Amino acid sequence: MAKVTVITSGKGGVGKTTTSAAVGAGLALRGHRTVVIDFDVGLRNLDVVMGCERRVVYDLVNVVRGEATVRQALIKDKRIEDLYILPASQTRDKDALTIEGIGRTLNELKQMGFAHIICDSPAGIEKGAQAAMFYADEALVVTNPEVSSVRDSDRIIGMIDAKTQRAVQNREPVRCHLLITRYSPKRAAIGEMLKVEDVLELLGIELIGVIPESPAVLTASNTGTPLVLLENTDAATAYIDVVKRFLGEQQPHRFIEQEKRGFFARLFGSDLATVG
Amino acid sequence: MAFFDFFRKKSETAATAKDRLQIIVARERASTSARGAQSYLPKLQQELLEVIARYEKLDLDQVSVNLDRRGDCEVLEINIVLPGEARTERSLRPGITPVSV
Repeated sequence: MAKVTVITSGKGGVGKTTTSAAVGAGLALRGHRTVVIDFDVGLRNLDVVMGCERRVVYDLVNVVRGEATVRQALIKDKRIEDLYILPASQTRDKDALTIEGIGRTLNELKQMGFAHIICDSPAGIEKGAQAAMFYADEALVVTNPEVSSVRDSDRIIGMIDAKTQRAVQNREPVRCHLLITRYSPKRAAIGEMLKVEDVLELLGIELIGVIPESPAVLTASNTGTPLVLLENTDAATAYIDVVKRFLGEQQPHRFIEQEKRGFFARLFGSDLATVG
Repeated sequence: MAFFDFFRKKSETAATAKDRLQIIVARERASTSARGAQSYLPKLQQELLEVIARYEKLDLDQVSVNLDRRGDCEVLEINIVLPGEARTERSLRPGITPVSV
């Protein structure tokens, strides 16, 4: 049975699209047939982040309105087998999407054998964000350790609890996971940044991972490469961990504590240094 | 003035952020009532009114039902003003203990 997961946050610019691309690619790399849908109608970006902007012909609005078939609109990734993208429209507005039309499209994708459907939500709490979350089974709430982002995440969690199909039908609630991005263990340690435990305490949902502030994120979007393909970078490692936890594998949390390296470890570049 | 800034002790602003957020989040959760906590209040008010009206002649405007948050618990406050010349402004409030929800 296909699982629908919304990547959401309320606030813009916290890493929803980066996370959608990285998690979608990570799931596909592990052999799960995955489609990532861009719900940000009017401001599509998933296509550029995933490097397929020149291959967009039809989009989500065309499919929802019956102007094109799902098969015509899907873009198959050239690097990763089992990874597909359904882009957003750049010319229409968010009203072009209907809840019924989205439901029909998701059902069609399920019948095509997709194991994971990742919905990349637009920012805000309006219609577009509600459309992206409505059919979700699980949610990844992307949050920066910063006041406005935490506040907006709390609002979004409230909406997931109240306005999704699962909530309306009184079914088992959408499972919410917290993903903290742009985290700096060093700044948190000296009291300049909210700690992971602070954000967890405030939002009260389970932690699925911490992505450290990393130059790799910009490198990935500059080149249109899903982050998980930038092997041996901290952010890629962190996202691969997230994918493993999402699939139910035990994976201890990393990148929360500042990496402690002793004097000799620094001097000799020893591998004895602990990764927090 | 960078030279002097160097000696100034940096304040730990993350603690301030957490304190502010705790207040913001608590207030917004109460006002948006995501869990539908307040949705039954109008109906409760109506039904209470009907029961009391069997015993006393009541004015519709003389009953108020409020849900407040005090510290960790929610307080359901019901305030009924009974009519009548001899006991104007007599309130049932002292007789009704706040109910923790």
